[in-house]
Amino acid sequence: SDYRDSKSSSKLIEKILIANRGEIACRIMKTAKRLGIRTVAVYSDADRYSLHVKSADEAVCIGPPPAKLSYLNANSIVEAAVRTGAQAIHPGYGFLSENAEFAQLCEDEALTFIGPPASAIRDMGDKSASKRIMGEAGVPLVPGYHGADQDIDLMQSEAEKIGYPVLIKPTHGGGGKGMRIVQNSNEFVESFLAAQREAAASFGVDTILLEKYITRPRHIEVQIFGDKHGNVLYLYERDCSLQRRHQKIIEEAPAPDITNEFRFQMGQAAVSAAKAVGYYNAGTVEFIVDTVSGQFYFMEMNTRLQVEHPVTEMVVHQDLVEWQIRVANGEPLPITQSEVPLSGHAFEARIYAENVPKGFLPATGVLHHYRPVPFSDTVRVETGVEQGDAVSMHYDPMIAKLVVWGESRAAALVKLKDCLAKFQVAGLPTNINFLRKLSNHWAFEKGQVETHFIEHYKDELFSDSVNAEQAEEVYEAAKFSAAIVAACLCKKENSIMKENHQDGRSLLSIWYSEHPFRVNYCAHRDMELEWENEFNTGNLVPMKLIITYQQDGSYLLVSESGGGSSPGIKLKVKQLDEHDFRVEADGLSVIVTLAVYSQGSIKHLHIWHGFQHHHFRQKVGLELSEEDEIQDKQTSIETAAHSPGTVVAPMAGLVVKVLAQSGVKVEAGQPILVLEAMKMEHVVKAPSAGFIHELNLSPGKQVSDGSILFKIKDDE
Amino acid sequence: TRTESLRKSISSIIHKREMSLGVLPDGVDRNSDAFARNSQVMEGLLSQLRSHIRKVLAGGGPEAVNRNRGRNKLLPRERIERLIDPGSSFLELSQLAGHELYGEFLPSGGIISGIGPVHGRLCMFVANDPTVKGGTYYPITVKKHLRAQEIASQCKLPCLYLVDSGGAFLPKQAEVFPDKENFGRIFYNQAVMSAQGIPQIALVLGSCTAGGAYIPAMADESVMVKGNATIFLAGPPLVKAATGEEISAEDLGGATVHCKTSGVSDYFAVDELHGLAMGRNIIKNLCMAGEKGSPNALKHVYHYKEPIYDVRELRSIAPTDHKQHFDARSVIARIVDGSEFDEFKKLYGATLVTGFARIFGQPVGILGNNGILFNESALKGAHFIEICAQRSIPLVFLQNITGFMVGSRAEANGIAKSGAKMVMAVSCVKVPKITVIIGGSFGAGNYAMCGRAYNPNFLFVWPNARISVMGGTQAADVLAQVEQGNKKRRGIQWTTDEEKAFKEKVAEAYDREGSPYYSTARLWDDGVIDPADTRKILGLCISASVNSTPQETKYGVFRM
Repeated sequence: SDYRDSKSSSKLIEKILIANRGEIACRIMKTAKRLGIRTVAVYSDADRYSLHVKSADEAVCIGPPPAKLSYLNANSIVEAAVRTGAQAIHPGYGFLSENAEFAQLCEDEALTFIGPPASAIRDMGDKSASKRIMGEAGVPLVPGYHGADQDIDLMQSEAEKIGYPVLIKPTHGGGGKGMRIVQNSNEFVESFLAAQREAAASFGVDTILLEKYITRPRHIEVQIFGDKHGNVLYLYERDCSLQRRHQKIIEEAPAPDITNEFRFQMGQAAVSAAKAVGYYNAGTVEFIVDTVSGQFYFMEMNTRLQVEHPVTEMVVHQDLVEWQIRVANGEPLPITQSEVPLSGHAFEARIYAENVPKGFLPATGVLHHYRPVPFSDTVRVETGVEQGDAVSMHYDPMIAKLVVWGESRAAALVKLKDCLAKFQVAGLPTNINFLRKLSNHWAFEKGQVETHFIEHYKDELFSDSVNAEQAEEVYEAAKFSAAIVAACLCKKENSIMKENHQDGRSLLSIWYSEHPFRVNYCAHRDMELEWENEFNTGNLVPMKLIITYQQDGSYLLVSESGGGSSPGIKLKVKQLDEHDFRVEADGLSVIVTLAVYSQGSIKHLHIWHGFQHHHFRQKVGLELSEEDEIQDKQTSIETAAHSPGTVVAPMAGLVVKVLAQSGVKVEAGQPILVLEAMKMEHVVKAPSAGFIHELNLSPGKQVSDGSILFKIKDDE
Repeated sequence: TRTESLRKSISSIIHKREMSLGVLPDGVDRNSDAFARNSQVMEGLLSQLRSHIRKVLAGGGPEAVNRNRGRNKLLPRERIERLIDPGSSFLELSQLAGHELYGEFLPSGGIISGIGPVHGRLCMFVANDPTVKGGTYYPITVKKHLRAQEIASQCKLPCLYLVDSGGAFLPKQAEVFPDKENFGRIFYNQAVMSAQGIPQIALVLGSCTAGGAYIPAMADESVMVKGNATIFLAGPPLVKAATGEEISAEDLGGATVHCKTSGVSDYFAVDELHGLAMGRNIIKNLCMAGEKGSPNALKHVYHYKEPIYDVRELRSIAPTDHKQHFDARSVIARIVDGSEFDEFKKLYGATLVTGFARIFGQPVGILGNNGILFNESALKGAHFIEICAQRSIPLVFLQNITGFMVGSRAEANGIAKSGAKMVMAVSCVKVPKITVIIGGSFGAGNYAMCGRAYNPNFLFVWPNARISVMGGTQAADVLAQVEQGNKKRRGIQWTTDEEKAFKEKVAEAYDREGSPYYSTARLWDDGVIDPADTRKILGLCISASVNSTPQETKYGVFRM
């Protein structure tokens, strides 16, 4: 507002070091680049070739792969900033982002820490201290009794005050031991005494605390922003109720099904919380919402930019990283509370390399095929990986964040479903299909989100089909996909063959014509695939297909299963590029993407078309058992001459060394003797583990070809 | 749309300014009765052909096929499918060999042969069918095996023998064993081809007894499959009878014995698929074997256009009534690139059409009959063959010939002399020759137009074809005249009815023996084909034929 603002003439940040990796490092760089700010990446040895390193103007290696030795190594990072002349450090999320000492270290080195003051990080980092501060500031906390007086009558009256159901929890310990939910006052005494006994037995301390039990909680958090001039505003809320393993997987903004009044109250509470600790920069105040009572309570404050910040950005049309930099520069917030827009609805789905059926265990592997959906004004893909990159065990297995925006929640959901169906990853297990199931779930569609959502609907979410009819439908869809895969493979193979043989050798290419020629009949072939249904793991469904090359250039696909064969489908295939095909079946034309990669003797085939995605395996090459490698082994004729374990001289020669004695226990492959023949030394090894018998040789002794050297037996 | 596409392709030719003089006119009246009749008749002939083919594709019947599967063995065509490059073409030969030849059903003569690419190298496959009489060799089996070797030798194609055979069919040993073109010739050919650098590879996938044992033994490299493959001069029963030794087939001549001890075989395969994969690997490692010198083929493939006219119309051009004439150009127009044909000596000797064209980019010289061969036609044919020989251009013969002109005028003009010139040229020319019988093939016309005796690299027949020394009616007339003379001399009266019956009998025999199935059953050709496949098959055949080094043509004495 002032014509001359002394602040704006001060030196602004021109170079930022990003003390992070992956998608968030890339995301911060995008904004920095837009603002003309140079970027410095730091990386561990494992990330040398990763996208965030490629995206930065400069990059510094800060240590070996384990995060403790690199991304958590504050000194190396600060040193890298000093070395490259960066004036500021953006910590991203995770790693050192909520480390008060690191923030302090930056300040000490005259580097701007793009985040809150170290004191606020410290205040909010301690869970009980933060609750105390919040309580004092009038921010609602979950009602409870944390007192030292454990008198049973007092406790019961406290429970009445809190209101049932009440959670009885030992103050020490964890893991749910001794925890009890009390539904009404009649149950209180019995539960309380049992909890006390159990706590005493398990933890040696029998003190108990009481807390309101929230039956159907929602996780709603408020994005706040403060500047160094004491202004704090809130950028509305995000609902992050959809969680697995206490980690969010789908977030949305604004929270569905809440009133503006409620939104305002929560926003005010969040601003109060921030002000109570003198907060500036981006922060998030998390609340637990009791869907039954409609009350919200403070849980904790995250003193960083959150993973899910893009959903807020989408509905308020602001770039929060830009705000962070401006605040770090000492500028005031660009808008006031009343100017914060709220338009439409946004979802974020986190795409992880993980094994959904195995309890969402993180997965590792190579992104053999990686084709995120194209981005636009309404679709964002925040990713830190490219096709061919590996997701290693060292870091978070998140592959990407898919963020979509729509005029309304319903419109955004349509977009989310579409983008998830088109988001192509092959090479490692991902949660994409699970996210699709979530986004297609009726309760989610209705906005009936709550923290226990996945647990609540697990039967529907973790199986492919709830009933036989559905199972049949799913199976038929897989069979149809298998047919398309087979036809596309034939097409692909043909184009590769044709290309390979279009050298100078005249006419040979006609042997690789579009459709293989046969005299007076149509060429056909069998293809055996196995359907890998991720919702039915360990159960590969074999699918046998017979492909007949029709004279009109199409393929007739007949799938054989359980002795019977289905009526064939005629598929016309046009290859569009390496992975994409246009397939026409029964007058219906679809675009199909096929990704193929091999792991050992297994070829993996992923297909996407319409809303379908299927994964098949095909055995390639031959699996030869060890027993079959007869040529390298003793034949039965030879071993038959001696008892098992007998070792004979492989050639005539002179014993030069004896390395073991009779009666000694040896391992398989352990050297026993050294023979010399034809001026070459030959080491005779134990063929199996056991005890040496009948070794009566000494150096200098001549042995003849095939003579017994020693025996190996199981016993002494 | 056809006329539109025609107009478009013609205009594109004109626009390119490299004017093609030789785009053939359509030459077919699609609205004519003849067109409709011919199509209908051909449809019938083709469905008959396909039904014969369906039967032979099933091999020796469900029981034998199941027994074969029970031993983890594939059928011979399935074996070949796994050997050739995935998704590539396979030119099978003489599918109907042995058709109605013996009292029993002998599908495909008990052996499958054909050409296909392995790692980009065209190979000749010879595969015994163990489901047909245990894979034993009937006389026609031997003939088919030898014919495959002949083609391989002529075209310098590596040979892959997929051995699974009980050896000679003993009841017919006299027709199988002793003669020049009998069983022994198989090994002779292997030796000679190996000497010429043409690789001889044997994959032993089943039994390989007695004489058959020499197929892998004579091969450059051989593979044996554990459990299924056995090689021995005499099997366990014969050994027991001869020496009293009791031994199992596997211990006597199994893969272990021969790969480890005897050295009769080189590669040990744990199962059939492994063996077939090894077969592919062997071909991969052939390198230049059998490919000495520069091949006959062009170094680079020219971009080619498909014919302007629909190849399927070939099914509607040839009539079954051989008295009906059709223009060979309408056939040529549907088999050559862009329907372009630069005709040589168009106005002279017009009953033989000669000219230059390309098939899949490869230049060819084409000779097609357009009526009886006259003096001029024969001279023109000889001249054209000489030109192609000098330029190393493969020749394509489209046979539809009733013969040379007869009668006093023709004789006086020396038709025999002119015919001899053409026969001399056809015999001696050293370029690849491919013959397709698209109509009649009668008398000396068969010879001049490169019939079976003139060593064409390949010879195929259309289902409407007829092959005999002369037409049935003519033969009946000639024979009736002779018979009448004989009877007259002996003073016997021949009634009209008797004469009619006699003539009918002769005509019937000629008709039967002139049938393409009679021919193909006896391997007078390399297969009966759908006219619509002619272009494709010619392309594959030329491709297989042009790998050999061009040879110098030397003629004998041309009678002037």
